[in-house]
Amino acid sequence: MSAILPPSNRLWWKQPIDKVEWAWIAIAFVWGMVMFVMMIYWHIYGKQNLSNEAYKTTPEMFAAKAEKFIAENTIRTETDQNIPVVKVPDNGEGYLIARLWSWYPILELEKGKTYKIHLSSMDYNHGFSLQPVNINIQVIPGYEHVVKMTPTKEGTYAIVCNEYCGIGHHSMLGRIYVKK
Amino acid sequence: MSTTYRTCPVSGLQFENHAEKLMRWNAVAGVLWLLVGGITALLVILTRWPAIKLLPADQFYLILTAHGIDMLILWIIFFEMAVLYFASSTLLRCRLAAPKVAWAAFWLMVVGGIMTNVAIFQGESSVMFTSYVPMQAAPHFYLGIILFAVGALIGCGIFFGTLVIAKREKTYSGSIPLVTFGALTAAIIATFTILAGAGILLPTLLWSVGIIREIDAQLYRMVWWGLGHSSQQINVSAHVAIWYLIAAVVFGAKPLSEKVSRFAFLLYILFLQLASAHHLLSDPGMSAEWKVLNTSYFMYFAVMASMIHGFTVPGAIEAAQRRKGYTNGLFEWLRKAPWGNPVFSGMFISLVSFGFLGGISGVVLGTEQINMLMHNTFYVPGHFHTTVVTGTTLAFMAVTYLLVPVLFRREMILPKLCQIQPYLFGISMSVLGLVMMGAGTLGVSRRHWDMAFAGAPFQYEWPGAAYLMMGLTGIAGVIAVIGGGLWIVLVVGSLLFGKKLDGGKVSNLPTPIPDQSQAASAVAHGQEHVGVPGTVVLALLLFVCFVLYYFVNWKYLSEVWLLS
Repeated sequence: MSAILPPSNRLWWKQPIDKVEWAWIAIAFVWGMVMFVMMIYWHIYGKQNLSNEAYKTTPEMFAAKAEKFIAENTIRTETDQNIPVVKVPDNGEGYLIARLWSWYPILELEKGKTYKIHLSSMDYNHGFSLQPVNINIQVIPGYEHVVKMTPTKEGTYAIVCNEYCGIGHHSMLGRIYVKK
Repeated sequence: MSTTYRTCPVSGLQFENHAEKLMRWNAVAGVLWLLVGGITALLVILTRWPAIKLLPADQFYLILTAHGIDMLILWIIFFEMAVLYFASSTLLRCRLAAPKVAWAAFWLMVVGGIMTNVAIFQGESSVMFTSYVPMQAAPHFYLGIILFAVGALIGCGIFFGTLVIAKREKTYSGSIPLVTFGALTAAIIATFTILAGAGILLPTLLWSVGIIREIDAQLYRMVWWGLGHSSQQINVSAHVAIWYLIAAVVFGAKPLSEKVSRFAFLLYILFLQLASAHHLLSDPGMSAEWKVLNTSYFMYFAVMASMIHGFTVPGAIEAAQRRKGYTNGLFEWLRKAPWGNPVFSGMFISLVSFGFLGGISGVVLGTEQINMLMHNTFYVPGHFHTTVVTGTTLAFMAVTYLLVPVLFRREMILPKLCQIQPYLFGISMSVLGLVMMGAGTLGVSRRHWDMAFAGAPFQYEWPGAAYLMMGLTGIAGVIAVIGGGLWIVLVVGSLLFGKKLDGGKVSNLPTPIPDQSQAASAVAHGQEHVGVPGTVVLALLLFVCFVLYYFVNWKYLSEVWLLS
């Protein structure tokens, strides 16, 4: 009779389904398909897709590449901690280290140019959260993620860490400059 | 083991002695953990409220870890054990399989829960609910969760065993009731969820004591979410079963179609595990093809299942109400529903909030590219506070108003406050979820102590609207804690001081469910067809909101930096 008793009709699976129910199932199914196609459509025609390029690495290997990039391309240092500001060269390859509790170094980009930013972590999981653009990417130790990005507006951007990484998590703030 | 059976004079439900005691103890244990979870919730909310910022950073991260574990695991799963025993032993009117083992499972869960909490409050295990490696907690943090999970797994085994006994002893005929079927879905999902959990937590325990040298951080995330997300699907199955239960008890509602509702539960089993992949959409280690396949094509079958339940539950209520003569217009059935009965009002707010807020936000969050706009922001806890809290917790609260008189044989105290409580809690928690999602849309991070970034080498000023959203989060959160606290006061107060009710007849033998009662065949399908136009309108409203919000987010995405 009701949902807390066994079905009254023992052959319940032979009972016809009401038209309205069928219609709703069809709507839900078609909508699922639309949402499925939408993601594929965006991979083909959309301009915001997360990069598929990633490599296994180690903190040491990644740090060595990043230090070389910093040594070759630093244009000045900022703050009393002397954080290097690094202009990403014309080949567009830039490195960004996530570690307890900083984003290193400061990157300088140009509007409209396309960059390949290599992201990895030296220790725990971190979260690359570019503000106020609001792009959020997981950064995982042992994995080098090569994200192609093209800034669309000049300005000063913050990188907030949005994956909890211990007691200094909330002080882990980085910076990206985008020039004309 | 000898046992007795009590037939409740009010509800006609039959309680087997061992099962009844186990249900009570599991439910009470759940409520006590809800109390701990509620206190930690208040501390979390008062710290994230920028104007108050109560706790220092280290205590905040500790308390937030405790809040996640105590609510998502301990409160909910203890209560679910009571639901499993109810849906098997009580609804099938049969004895519980191996009650001694069920007690062992209960105590294992108690010991495990306490052990993990001790680890957290000792201060060396502030690793959050997710405990992503290589961040390390104390070994007894992991051991406690493992013990608890083993207990829960045994509980599921007891449930399966009870179904077998009922079948063998023929306490019912035909198929199991829909609610039991929903509970069976929950128990099956729980089984493979806990096995996935063992797959990652056992190695992590060994790693924490130094036996295993390293665990791959990406692999951990993948396997852990097989536990972390699927465990929320146990909740969904359980609370959907409770929606059907409440519709049946309050309205005498029968499912529009047994076939459709059962099929929808089956879809949960088949596809929800795959949906765990949507936690990895912004990770480096998986390809776009893997992400799209696992989260969309497969997850949408589970979404479809929830959309079906979201239609058939109110549809069943509408049909039952229309049979009673509430046939004017589209919504007389709903207007004349017992809104003063907290069992119904809690259930209906749970249904609406889960569908409109939790459901829609979850699907949008689980879209591969759109996930980049929200991953790890405050949007995520906003989403799951409208699934696990207004969905699961509120449904559990609602059914408790039903269970206190029949299971604990006590009248609810302060009936006026009982009437208010689901509204107070359900609405404030829904608003909380909504403003959390608002803050997340503006980029505010989850699990973050300081919006002002004290100690950072630079400044970043969040937009004023983000501070406004966080202030509203504080206000709605405090009201929600009051609403939840009120429920605990009402339930515990009723258990201690409520008027004692007659327990009813006790017998040494179970009374089987009568085979094909007259009442049942009179309302059999097809003889009395009732349309459900009101539910159709509500469902279409949900669909329109869903479509609009989904495409608005693609629009947002198209405005950020170009990524490829």
